[in-house]
Parts: sequence; structure tokens; C-alpha cells
Amino acid sequence: MELWYAIVDLLPFDWAQPGSMYFMKNALLAVLVISPLFGLLSTMVVESRMSFFSDALGHSAFTGIAIGTLLSAAWKTFSGADPMWVAVLFAVGFALLFTYVRRKTSLASDTVIGVFSSTAVALGIFLATFGGGSFTKYNALLIGDILSVEPGKIGLMALILVVVIVLWVRSFNQLMLASVHPALADSRGIRVFWQEAVFSAAIAVVVTVTMTWVGLLVINSLLVLPGAAARNVARNMKQYHLISLLSALAAGIAGLLTSYYIGSSAGASITLYLAIFFAVTFCFRKQRL
Amino acid sequence: MSVHKHDDLPAGAGCSRACCLRAEGLGVTAGDQVILHDVDFHLHCGEITALIGPNGAGKSTLFKTVLGQLPHTGTIDFQQAGGKHTRPLIGYVPQSPSFDRGDPVSVLDLFSASIDHWPVFLPTPRRLRARVSECLSRVHAEALIDKRIGALSGGELQRVLLAMALEPVPHILILDEPLSGVDIEGEKQLLDMLDEVRTQYDLSILLSTHDFATLEEYADKVILLQSTVLEAGKPAQVLSSQAFRDVFHLTLGRGVG
Repeated sequence: MELWYAIVDLLPFDWAQPGSMYFMKNALLAVLVISPLFGLLSTMVVESRMSFFSDALGHSAFTGIAIGTLLSAAWKTFSGADPMWVAVLFAVGFALLFTYVRRKTSLASDTVIGVFSSTAVALGIFLATFGGGSFTKYNALLIGDILSVEPGKIGLMALILVVVIVLWVRSFNQLMLASVHPALADSRGIRVFWQEAVFSAAIAVVVTVTMTWVGLLVINSLLVLPGAAARNVARNMKQYHLISLLSALAAGIAGLLTSYYIGSSAGASITLYLAIFFAVTFCFRKQRL
Repeated sequence: MSVHKHDDLPAGAGCSRACCLRAEGLGVTAGDQVILHDVDFHLHCGEITALIGPNGAGKSTLFKTVLGQLPHTGTIDFQQAGGKHTRPLIGYVPQSPSFDRGDPVSVLDLFSASIDHWPVFLPTPRRLRARVSECLSRVHAEALIDKRIGALSGGELQRVLLAMALEPVPHILILDEPLSGVDIEGEKQLLDMLDEVRTQYDLSILLSTHDFATLEEYADKVILLQSTVLEAGKPAQVLSSQAFRDVFHLTLGRGVG
């Protein structure tokens, strides 16, 4: 972190002065780590039509936090523990179970997601209001606060970024084939169950950990908009990834700065920038065809 | 059940040609439903065999069985030129879903993802691009390399998929309804292509189709399937058979073919 602070000190912003405003410097580093992560995951979320699934994961993450909060209140062993870890476990379990059920059933994917999503939300609200509890303490999760980010969590996200990059290099070809042309992938003997499981588990971890920074209400847009914007103009997979990554990164930095100077929510600001990118690429789309 | 009822080859006498795939007594069941039973047929190299039958007759199931993707009863034996028995290398052209027109997947992306481990989102190495281009040139489609798959016509897509099935060059080429969704011009091109491929690589081609009008022009043999082989032989023989009329409910003599 010291190295990072030393680098930021070189920037020409008033909050970048040495020895102060560490929360802002942490937030900037967090944005630099999570926006490429969202940009990368987004390409596959959009490609394999999982945007509704990632939305459902956000709901399950909330439920996980409700469970974690309840556990730490009920048992001494858990008191003081961060409910986020319980939420991560819950969301990963949710993602794996979903991948499994989707494989085993003949129901349409969106129906399966609907089943899981509504169950998770109902369970979350049930637990949050259990014994007459108030829901207000969870409001912070809905909006998120990126300035609350801790260096440890940034390290965790960096680790996840590395894992996702490795998964991408090893499995992207197969995941792409399986989503673009299932029969072709099948005939080539490609079985993507485990890659899909790791992929959805990665989304689960990313959504859960960053939910407290970005906010539950807008987190799914970060998984959908970069890929959707890139899809408007990209002609091949290289352009698709490049545009998705760059728009996530640019919107991340611009959104954070905007939120600092006018005091808006960072998650919402980033999302609005992405929406602008989508609108711009949408206009250029017409000229391509 | 003998397949070669009307063929010039004696039933069960083995193959007179150089290489041959022999399927005998194939049966496939799902639960307690019998999808295929007692299916016998031979495929010879250099020949195009057309598989016809109504929807749900088991055509796709038969393909999957030959591809080794389904548990089945009966035997499939393959004999290479020279009499050596091996596992056949099979190229498969599946039926294509309709792609999202905006899908940012180029022909190069789809092709290299299925023949190489190099991640498609990184810049393509020159040797891989050259290899894909060479494969596409086998079906005269090298000009399509940078096109998005959503922008291809039905015939162009079939040619690209055919090029993929020919890498590596297989012993047997299977095409699942290659002519559906292809216009007349594309159909002619594709059939010429198959003819070229079969003579150039001396492989056997098995395809399914619902288009009986052009069967006699390109098919050496036709198999009429409805859970088992009802009729097999030269196109004219099968199309004029009673079984063909029964299956397709044609009451007025030779309505088709």
C-alpha cells in the first residue's frame, strides 16, 4: 500500500497530497482492480445471456449478509466476524447449485433463475426481519460506499482478478464455443460444467465482496453494461474484450472522481458513465450495418 | 433386417470397396422408449449417403450414436483402406442455431477456438491465422475469415462449419440437415463443395435432409429411417418404394422425386 500511496501522491489532485485522504486513495486503487474484473466478467455474462443470473446473485449476496449478521448475533464464535465471509460462502453455494440445477433440468434458464432469485430474496428479507428486526440497517448495502473500502479487501479482489485471468486464458475458448454453438461444442467433446461453475462462483465472490462498495441496486449494471456497450461496435472477440475492459476502467475512474467532487454515490456515478458509453456505441452501431 | 435389399451389394457380405463403416443391429433406448432398433447400414468412402425420414424418426439420434455420444446396442465397425480396423475419425457439421446478429464472434474466433488453445481474445498469432485461412480455402471461404458469424448467410455458415469438420481430414463426414436455411444458390454451391470434398479426400459422407427433389442429383444411396431402416438403396428406388409413400403419406404415386 505504501508504494501505491507514493504513486498517487504524484497525481495533481487536491486529495492526492501526501499524508491525507487515504480513503480516497484506497478507493481509487479498488476501482483500478475491480473495474477490469467487471469488464472481463461482463464479456461472458453478456455473451452467454447471464445478466439475469448475475442480478439473482446480488440478491443472494444480500441474503448471505443477513445470515452472517444473524449468526454473529446468535453465537459467540461468530461475533465480531465479518458477515461478508458468510455471504461469500452462501453466494458461491448459490452459484454452484444454480449451475447444477440448470444443467439437470429441462426448464428454461430464466425460469430457473427466477426460482432461485425469488427464493434468495424471500429468505433474505425473512432473516433480516426475523423476530421483528428492522430492515433499515441493511439500507447501506443497497447504495454502497466505495470510500469504506479496506486494503485487505483490495488484496482479495486483486487475487480474484488473477484467478479470473487464469480462468479466461485456459477456458474462454471453450466457454465461448459452448455458448455460441452448443451442438458444435458438444461434437468436439467440450464439457464446460466445471468452467461454468468456476465462472459463476467468481461472479458470486466479486458481487458479494464489492456489494458493500458499489451497492446492491446498481452492481448488476457493472456486469452487463461494459459488455453490452462493447457488443454494439465490436466485430470480433479481441475488440469486444478491449472495449469492454476500457469502458469499465474509464467509467470506474470517472465515476469515482465525479462522486468525490459532487458527493454522489460512486456506484451510481460509474453506472451512469457506462450508460453513456452504451448510448454512444449504440449510435455508432447503425453505421456498421 | 437387411439394408441392401435393393443395393447391388449382397446383404451382410462385407464391403467390396476399400474402406467402409459397418453398423449392425444398432439400438438406442431412452427410458423405456425405443428410439432406434435393428439399424443396419454400410457407408463406403467416396459415396454420399442421404438419411431421410420424418421428424422424430431418430436421424439425429443415429448421428449421435455413430459419433459415439450415446450408449447403444449392436456394433459399429470401421475398416480403413487396406483392411485395418480402427476407430474412424468423424467430422461433424451440426445443425446451426440462429445466431444473435450482433454477436461479436468472427469466423476466425469460432474457428480458432475449436482447433487451438490460443485464447481468442488475445492477438492471433500469424501461424494460427494462416492455418485457419488454409482450412477455409478448402471450401473456398478464405474471404470470410474476418466476417462475424451473425452476418454470414446460411450457405456461407455451412461452408465454414464444413471447413471446421474437415480439420483434421476425417474418414467420415456427417452433416445434420446442411440444406435447411440455405437458399437455392447456396444449396448448389454446398453440394458442389461436398462433391469436390468427397473426390479430393475420398471420404464417406452421411447427411440428413428433408429436400427430396435434388436427392437423385447428388446422393449415391438413400436410407429411409423410422426407428429402423425401412428402405435403403439408390435414390430412385427408395423414393418410389411403398415404404416411402407410407411414411410421407403420399397417396398419389410418385408425387416427389
